Amino acid sequence: MEAKLNTEKADWTQFPYLEGEQDVISVQRGPKPGGVGGAYRAFGETLRGLRTTFGRVLEGPVTIQYPEEKTPVYPRFRGRHKLHRFEDSGLEKCVGCSLCAAACPADCIRVVAHENDPEHRVSAGERYAEVYEINLSRCIFCGYCEVACPFDAITMGHDYEMSDYNRSDLIFTKEMLLAEPIDRTPLRMEGE
Amino acid sequence: MTLPLAEVNYVEATWVMVVKSLVIFLAVFMIVPVLTVVERKLIGRFQNRFGPNRVGPVGLMQPLADIIKLAGKEMFRPQAAVPFLYAIAPAIVIFSGIITLAILPFGNVQDGLGLYGIDVSIGVLYFFAFSSISFYGLLLAGWSSGSKYSFLGAMRSAAQLISYEVSMGLALLGVVLMTGSLSLTHVVDGQGTIWNIVPQIIGFLIFMVAGFAETNRAPFDLPEADAEIVQGYMTEYGGMRMGSYLLAEYLEMFVVSGIAVTFFLGGWMGPGPGWLDPVWMVLKTLSLIVLFIWIRATLPRLRYDQLMSLGWKVLLPLATLNILVTAVIVTVS
Repeated sequence: MEAKLNTEKADWTQFPYLEGEQDVISVQRGPKPGGVGGAYRAFGETLRGLRTTFGRVLEGPVTIQYPEEKTPVYPRFRGRHKLHRFEDSGLEKCVGCSLCAAACPADCIRVVAHENDPEHRVSAGERYAEVYEINLSRCIFCGYCEVACPFDAITMGHDYEMSDYNRSDLIFTKEMLLAEPIDRTPLRMEGE
Repeated sequence: MTLPLAEVNYVEATWVMVVKSLVIFLAVFMIVPVLTVVERKLIGRFQNRFGPNRVGPVGLMQPLADIIKLAGKEMFRPQAAVPFLYAIAPAIVIFSGIITLAILPFGNVQDGLGLYGIDVSIGVLYFFAFSSISFYGLLLAGWSSGSKYSFLGAMRSAAQLISYEVSMGLALLGVVLMTGSLSLTHVVDGQGTIWNIVPQIIGFLIFMVAGFAETNRAPFDLPEADAEIVQGYMTEYGGMRMGSYLLAEYLEMFVVSGIAVTFFLGGWMGPGPGWLDPVWMVLKTLSLIVLFIWIRATLPRLRYDQLMSLGWKVLLPLATLNILVTAVIVTVS
């Protein structure tokens, strides 16, 4: 049965605000299927389809061959954490305040602070982080630790290739976080 | 001289026949696994991706990996299956594919050597006989697996068989009328001046459409529709038995393309010296196979009743009309 819009019987007085705004509905219908014309059209449409798929061949593949080619990340990308040192003195920026651990919603940061020995200072502050561990199998990469840190000691890096064979290998210690990451993640340039 | 099978126009020594059959068999069986990877790579290109490119140079060793994987799998048989029929069904499909290769002419008689397996005087009938036998493979597989999906697939392939086979035969009949011979070498010889695709364009189109159904390829892959009936008749097969079904599909694609080339595209004819004839034949066949793959990348699967209405209401009247017109023209001229 053909769908019809019954505009005649509709009581438009009920909807005065719609006056003059009734939609004009026109239904476009294709020709009836079947018959000689249908076969001809089907043939034509087949050719059109073949042209469409051939166009995809001309476009070429869009695949990024992952291990060899990598998607560049944006500068703001939140990857694996990095701990920082002062560039001039080489002291650690982290003072072991545990604010990152407090901010962490996934509870994946463990900090054990210790008093600095004035002879061999580790950090610039009063205390330093004796233990600083991030369990990357729990981390959700929200970046709250970065926001919480008062000394910009921890930031999110660009490294996203962190899979490992062992869960315990995913607990990153302070030394691993302080080390320069192997620069393997391409960065997306401005305007790219 | 008469042989039990049929009258043979050109008889050679037995050892020549054996060598020829081995060469054809091995050559085609080198081509068929390559076709599987070519198909996957082409489908990939049609979908803006690369397709397999990890195994070997540009993924060319992919079929080797596939075959090793399939051959290493268990030969599984469901409890409800009929053991003998279940085992013999894939063999029937492969057998009927291989045996049709025998009549594909790859060249004319050169230096007393016919570049074809055997030139039977009933070539067309031979082709149809064995392509129909291959459907026994599908039907038996579907029925003997003892699975609903397999059974549905077998039902569909039976419905498919009856709806396209007649028009396929009628499509070739036009060429046979023009040539006046059922022998495939005669058919090619008769295209010396003009390829049959020009006067028999309708026949060619009908044959190709029916060929897609014959090989169970998209858009007529409804017996094995993986989305609805999980590979249909081969649902319950695993290991090399399933592998032989996959292989048979490509083999049949090669055979149907070869037959189409022989009947409509001038067979081995092409420029160059005589020894290039098989090359031309294989090249034309492969380009038709690319068309098969292209179509597969383009068209969605037809519904079961759509296939039947296409076969009976469009292809059959068209084929009949085509053959009537051809008959009148051949008689008059």
